[in-house]
Amino acid sequence: MSPTARSKPAAKPAAKPTAKPAAKPAAKPTAKPAAKPKLAIFGAASCGGCDIAIVNIHEHILEVAAAFDIVLWPTVMDGKYSDIEAMEDGEITITLVSGSMRTDETVHLSKLLRRKSKFMVAFGSCASEGCIPGLANLTPRKEILDTAFSTSSTDNPDGIRPVWEFEAPEGILHLPEFEPMLRTLDQVVDVDYTIPGCPPESEQIWAALQAVVAALKGTGPLPPKGSILGAGESTVCDECARKRDVKKIDRFVRIQQVAAFDPEICLLEQGLPCNGPATRNGCGALCPSVSAPCIGCYGAAEGVVDYGARLMSAYASVIEATKPEEIDKILDGIPDPAGQFYRFSLAGSLLRGSRSAWQSDGE
Amino acid sequence: MERITIDPVTRLEGHGKIEIFLDPDGEVANAYFQIPELRGFERFCVGRPVEEMPTLTNRICGVCPEAHHMAAAKAADAVYHVDPPPAGKLLRELLYSAFFFTDHTTHFYALGGPDFVVGPDAPAAERNILGVIGKVGMEVGGKVIEARKRGHEVIEMIGGRKIHPASAVPGGMTQGITEEQRAEIEKFGRWAIEFGQFSLGIFDKIVLGNEAYKEMVLSDGYTHRTYYMGMVDPNNKVNFYDGQISIMSPDGERVGTYAPADYRDWIAERVEPWTYLKFPYLKKVGWKGFVDGADSGVYCATPLSRLNTADGMATPLAQAAYERFFDTLAPKPEAGGKRLVHHRLATHWARLIELLYAAERVVELAKDPDIASPNVRTVPTEKPTEGVGTVEAPRGTLTHHYWTDERGILTAVNLVVGTTNNYAPMAMSIKKAAQSLIHKGTVVHQGLLNRVEMAFRLYDPCFGCATHSLPGEMPLRVAIRNSDGEVVDVLSQNC
Repeated sequence: MSPTARSKPAAKPAAKPTAKPAAKPAAKPTAKPAAKPKLAIFGAASCGGCDIAIVNIHEHILEVAAAFDIVLWPTVMDGKYSDIEAMEDGEITITLVSGSMRTDETVHLSKLLRRKSKFMVAFGSCASEGCIPGLANLTPRKEILDTAFSTSSTDNPDGIRPVWEFEAPEGILHLPEFEPMLRTLDQVVDVDYTIPGCPPESEQIWAALQAVVAALKGTGPLPPKGSILGAGESTVCDECARKRDVKKIDRFVRIQQVAAFDPEICLLEQGLPCNGPATRNGCGALCPSVSAPCIGCYGAAEGVVDYGARLMSAYASVIEATKPEEIDKILDGIPDPAGQFYRFSLAGSLLRGSRSAWQSDGE
Repeated sequence: MERITIDPVTRLEGHGKIEIFLDPDGEVANAYFQIPELRGFERFCVGRPVEEMPTLTNRICGVCPEAHHMAAAKAADAVYHVDPPPAGKLLRELLYSAFFFTDHTTHFYALGGPDFVVGPDAPAAERNILGVIGKVGMEVGGKVIEARKRGHEVIEMIGGRKIHPASAVPGGMTQGITEEQRAEIEKFGRWAIEFGQFSLGIFDKIVLGNEAYKEMVLSDGYTHRTYYMGMVDPNNKVNFYDGQISIMSPDGERVGTYAPADYRDWIAERVEPWTYLKFPYLKKVGWKGFVDGADSGVYCATPLSRLNTADGMATPLAQAAYERFFDTLAPKPEAGGKRLVHHRLATHWARLIELLYAAERVVELAKDPDIASPNVRTVPTEKPTEGVGTVEAPRGTLTHHYWTDERGILTAVNLVVGTTNNYAPMAMSIKKAAQSLIHKGTVVHQGLLNRVEMAFRLYDPCFGCATHSLPGEMPLRVAIRNSDGEVVDVLSQNC
């Protein structure tokens, strides 16, 4: 980010990896020593941002390719699910899963990879807490499909919907089932580690991968099961450069209502609903650095059971009001509480979704 | 809706699934290209405040979040009937130009380009970025890594983050840039121009300098005569951030140019029950199925489409490259008067011309006297209602359309996403590849996979926008069935 760091990379990638991995591609299929740990990177229902974040470790990607036998990573390497099926259980040392569980196919593949892997990592917000697509759990499945296939530019007078099995004139065509609720990875399989973020910051990914490599080599400790990797143990506020005066507020504002925020002072104390107080640190407080509020993409801070409840209590502590009508007026400044308090964490929260989505069973 | 339990083995179909059916003579009767995933943004964004949309819709695609970020911010401007101040618009376009440069670099060197650079006949395991570095040397590889790195640093400088930027809001941007940052960005732009010229030089040397590759680019198997769509500025030059949408017929006639808000007069989306993705088509021509020609409403929206649709590029070096592109591939105009390139593999070349334009535009914008102004936002005063925002995503024209209540809470959302524009042309390219490589029940295995894969990659399909596969790395499973519907052969790649 800092402009001063800019001059270095020009020389670095050219100089550093030349010696080792430049010759790699041609040798790749045959010359790999069998002892290398196997790495799989799988994207379930995701946007691809997690994969780009991994690619953005830039020249270090060559070191990852040197340290691991990458058995599956559709982004960069050829690999086949059928090869994974043929593997022994536990043969893959570590699998990174990004994306959420949205169809029966992604659920199936995640279970397969779990069986074949020693360590399963929920990589990024979708896999660990559902992310923004988890907001779909506020709506019954039928409404989601109905909306997508009847928007105002959709020409669909017969009300056609995709079906899991369709009899075309030439034969049957199958589609994976869009499941009634979006699920997180740990709601489907046992998860060993979590790397939070939407997406995880590339520096953090590289640090986590280095720690994993050290543990595998025996030169570093193996993190205990359930650890959060690539993030801090406090809140975004702790790494935010803005000043907090423990000032009380009497109203919340929406970002478009204010021409400019003071660049030095806490955004929440200027009335902007910022998710920093409830959110795990590790990103470097990037959004507040450009006068945008923290949106909570690194998930709940250490020790927080319910993200939304923690954020609500943080807001309650800065509000200056005693009468119910004053409080109501302040809360009018948060027009979408479900989205504000569970923007990234709904699917992974205690409730997981709305009553209507739960009760509909998809119909 | 019937609920089917799918057998676990047949579920291992990756994320792009192709079903090819043969007739009794063993010739291709039909081919289906299915997209097996949906996330439902158009529904779950309803109820959210409109200012959240640039943040929420970033997550449609982590490969091109900047496109959704900008389309969403423009749609939110329109909802509030607010016009951002000059610096707000310039900064958005500056971020966007840095993004186009970075994204086109990723595609040419890591995703689509390896087909050419390493060679279409090289083993699939070598047709990747590591293979490119192996072929062209670490010096070039290092340059590519530097280009992606520096591009992302500029995106982060203006947008706050390298992926999923945070700074575009209704009425403008959250904050401006400093003079120091401006100078840094200008320096990057100058470097990026050199990198763009260098990349065109590589294309010259490796593709145009090789008769076999040139022949492949010009071959019928990769040629489609469809309508083309692209955004143009008032001089009919290519623009990525703002302008009107223009439609070019396959015969070189400008069919019309319209304001983005009128998109529903021009396009509609067709639903098929065997896929989660819709098929946009030109409403005035109509849906005639998966066919070429002036009578079919199928259109294409890619770098090639944008060059075909526009009369030129707005910057000098890109304009020279544009002229050379048409002089080389389409020296004579079509009946309608415009020179057009219908050879779809030329999309890679067009992408590099756009890369150079994006770099030149970075410098132009960084030098604009208003760019470092702190006045980057107009506070809306009017009641929010409805609005459309359109940009050119690297993979095609992207439209966001929002409706809100009087508090600015979304009541409806419609999204026509970049890659989706090219869904029908891609399905056609697959069928054409199958038809030319399957005869009397005999299948040319590796040839078919290569052809299908290359046909995909030139569109740079980003099903992150619809599903989750990254551009150019569509896992494929092709099932070939006889006239009784039995699977006689299965080919797969990346899955």
